[in-house]
Amino acid sequence: MALNRDFVGRTYKSTTSYEVSRVKIKEFAAAIGDNNPIYRDRAAAQAAGHPDVVAPPTFPIVFSLQSGGEALADPELGLNYAMVVHGEQRFEYVRPIYPGDELVTSSTITEIRSAGRNELMTIRSDVTTVAGEPVCTTYNTIVERGGAG
Amino acid sequence: MAATVKYDEVEVGQELPATDYPVRRLNLVMYAGASGDFNQIHWNERFAKTVGLPDVIAHGMFTMAQGGRFVTDWVGDPGAVLDYGVRFSSMVIVPDDDQGATITVSGVIEEKLEDKRVVVGLIAKSGDAHVLSKARAVVQLS
Repeated sequence: MALNRDFVGRTYKSTTSYEVSRVKIKEFAAAIGDNNPIYRDRAAAQAAGHPDVVAPPTFPIVFSLQSGGEALADPELGLNYAMVVHGEQRFEYVRPIYPGDELVTSSTITEIRSAGRNELMTIRSDVTTVAGEPVCTTYNTIVERGGAG
Repeated sequence: MAATVKYDEVEVGQELPATDYPVRRLNLVMYAGASGDFNQIHWNERFAKTVGLPDVIAHGMFTMAQGGRFVTDWVGDPGAVLDYGVRFSSMVIVPDDDQGATITVSGVIEEKLEDKRVVVGLIAKSGDAHVLSKARAVVQLS
């Protein structure tokens, strides 16, 4: 079933902030098999010029889709989640992410299109601190396999 | 930020040697937990096959993370990665055995930008398949 094009342009804001923790950064680094001490050891991170341990570049995936998730789960969109794979992803950083950051995300569906038998949907997520300081913008394109068929 | 690579010491066309990153089912289970992506295609072989996949496949984001790791290891500081984007062009199929799969990442300096920034193009393969395409990072050098 084709995705509902009426969803293009809709914006979803996170209802609660995401608080970044050292434990989560360490857990994420372990999951990707990255032993870099800068993700675990505050002294190593400070030696590299950071105030604290740093989140790996792909870390925002942990929270950036929370606000867009509401759209994906809306039956009106017509998405079959079992057929979804990731199409494209991009992270554009204003600054690194650190423990203690309290982040909120505003996600906008920027495009829905067909490509062959697949349906593609792109979501831009603007991540800021609760005080409004820009931190990063992420671009996520999901593919519903066979969705257009 | 303290990138350990100096802008004046890199050239366009310079290659960054390939590195192998192993992927086993355990990595995918850990990644599911850490990322919150519990889609069953990444850990349940029975389910993966019912939706037409050959076997369990790695999270695209796991593969992207290995490309990120390649760049941060090269530049010496994760904070130096200003922009990183990929297209997922093929799946990394992860069999339930002791070998699992391997993601091999290599890179090339594609462009030198102003303000001591460079564009690093990445190639990621699993077996013969290119698993990332249009994979690029903008990196701040010192």
